[in-house]
Amino acid sequence: MAAEDLERLAQQSPEDARQSTLKDVAIAIRGLEVGFGGPPIIKGLDLNIYRGEVIGIVGGSGTGKSVLMRTVIGLNKAQAGSVWAFGEDFLTLSFFEQRRIEKRWGVLFQQGALFSALTVAQNVQVPMREHIRNMQQELMDEIASMKLSMVGLPPDAAPKLPSELSGGMKKRAGIARAIALDPEILFLDEPTAGLDPIGAAAFDDLIAHLRKTLGLTVVMITHDLDSLVTVCDRIAVLADQRVKLVGTIDDMLESDHPWIREYFHGPRSRAAGVGKR
Amino acid sequence: MGQRAAIGNEPWIMQNRTDGGATLQAGGAWIVTNSPPLFESLKTLSFRKDEPITVELDRLERLDTAGAWLLYRTVRDLRAAGHDVEYKGGTEAQMSLIDQATTNDALCLIEEREPNVVVRMLEDVGAVVMRVGGQATASLAFVGLLMETLWRYTKYPRRFRLTATVKQMELVGLNAMPIVGLISFLIGVVIAYQGAYQLRLFGAEIFTVNLVVTAVLREFGILLSAIIIAGRSGSAFTAEIGSMKMNEEIDAMDTLAISPMDTLVVPRFIALVIMMPLLTFYADIMGLLGGALIGWLSLGIEPMQFLERTHDVILGWDLGVGLIKAPIFGALIALIGCYEGLACKGSAESVGHHTTKSVVESIFMIIVLDAFFAIFFTTIGV
Ligand SMILES: Nc1ncnc2c1ncn2[C@@H]1O[C@H](COP(=O)(O)OP(=O)(O)O)[C@@H](O)[C@H]1O
Ligand SMILES: [Mg+2]
Repeated sequence: MAAEDLERLAQQSPEDARQSTLKDVAIAIRGLEVGFGGPPIIKGLDLNIYRGEVIGIVGGSGTGKSVLMRTVIGLNKAQAGSVWAFGEDFLTLSFFEQRRIEKRWGVLFQQGALFSALTVAQNVQVPMREHIRNMQQELMDEIASMKLSMVGLPPDAAPKLPSELSGGMKKRAGIARAIALDPEILFLDEPTAGLDPIGAAAFDDLIAHLRKTLGLTVVMITHDLDSLVTVCDRIAVLADQRVKLVGTIDDMLESDHPWIREYFHGPRSRAAGVGKR
Repeated sequence: MGQRAAIGNEPWIMQNRTDGGATLQAGGAWIVTNSPPLFESLKTLSFRKDEPITVELDRLERLDTAGAWLLYRTVRDLRAAGHDVEYKGGTEAQMSLIDQATTNDALCLIEEREPNVVVRMLEDVGAVVMRVGGQATASLAFVGLLMETLWRYTKYPRRFRLTATVKQMELVGLNAMPIVGLISFLIGVVIAYQGAYQLRLFGAEIFTVNLVVTAVLREFGILLSAIIIAGRSGSAFTAEIGSMKMNEEIDAMDTLAISPMDTLVVPRFIALVIMMPLLTFYADIMGLLGGALIGWLSLGIEPMQFLERTHDVILGWDLGVGLIKAPIFGALIALIGCYEGLACKGSAESVGHHTTKSVVESIFMIIVLDAFFAIFFTTIGV
């Protein structure tokens, strides 16, 4: 697969971008600009996220990966540009219309962001309790148990408080909450950061498994070369305020952008077996 | 023939009888948003004993894990009741979702089970006793540690954090001046106003000055300052130290061989012990000013006359009684605030809990101690 023609995306009319999200594109980002008063963190960013793919977003620390994700899901304000999702310009929708779309994606934050006053199982039930009218407690208990088992948590973790869990278990519980309402898209911010290599590999397996069984689209910010190689279909590199390159790992290896070269040809990438492919 | 529950994208379920058994047909959108009504209608299914059942999925328009779970649990329960059940007509994706539900059938506890009432009450009583006992020892140990730390400064004065202390003095003292001043002034106004109203009945308006001076200097100046500082700085101490604790900053200090006593507790303690008397003195002045203003406006006592009268009625100890209490209350607020901050553990909720506790305890202790002081000073006659 060749590197995507980002120029072409930038030229596309808004209507074409909208139409594309009714077909094979899950999210279409066009000309996005985000700043916090100073120079913009992100400027003129274009990206297509296709249905059913796992896309990895990489970039140096502070290049705005988290900012990009937070903007796409409506937590940060964009100065310009649009984010098309399910045929609508998400950023221009009213607060209540945004809630309707937000139910169709799930988010795992960098620290897990579990509600500290609730048990793990209750955390998973929060979205059901909030968004589904008259859901029976018995059914919520059963579905929460199933989701916890799906993310590989042992049953005895369910009645525990988040503060009693390890980092890896918190992330799994966070995923269980994110998939509580069977979203179509899953956003993950550095899901394997802070996990040991075995835990991280298990987590990669979990993502691949969920994607396969639930047909999820996954957007994953990561620094983990192993994750990029094993679970991501495509990689988008954030540099110079925008998506510099998007494509498969082979496209990355061919690029002559200095940062991309260093990232994918460095000693760590060799350890991850990237060059051997 | 059974009946269809609904049409279109709505989920529905239909029960049919065939020669060799029964079929259960599922259709529409079996998704999590539609799950509550489905859950209800699945409960009402009934079949002849031991008849084989086919679950037909070909009319399913959408299925997600919640829908798959509902299908699976129905089939599971039917099988357990002795029926032969098989799925028919599901797509590969749908069957894989049902497989997911099958492999992840592990009902778990949602919250810890509560033991029965009697056991729980006994447990609670025991826990309270243990906690009160534990807290008494722990807070004594804390005071002891603080005293020891202070004592060590006589040998190693360089360990004392002057900058941090001065910074805290600014935060707890200087920055509290507007609110302490305003409230004391208003209280002076209120006392003078109410007092004058009553004393006028006896034609003794001039004694309003005595009333204001005694009440403000002995009680209100110090009491109000202490309560405001408990709410303002005591809570801040707990919340600051508590969130540092949460963030493992205190542990980091320990491993760097930096004592949180030196860096966090002592500066706050010293700052409050020094600033409380100053704030109290300032509150006294503002209270008297408030009284003087009312004396002038409503009783026609000229400010100079008020001042002279004040000079006459102040007995040696009026001011002293108030000011003596100040450093003690300051120490109390700092001790409780820091102690509760260090006692935070676990979650953000715990910081909130301890902050509330710190303020309530400080104010309670201040008022109790003040009552003791009142009795004490009356007894020794000052
Ligand atoms: N709310 C905010 N206000 C101001 N600056 C911010 C805010 N959020 C992020 N930034 C800045 O945006 C830049 C990108 O941050 P971030 O997206 O978190 O980086 P990363 O790519 O490591 O996730 C950083 O320089 C950060 O300081
Ligand atoms: Mg980040």
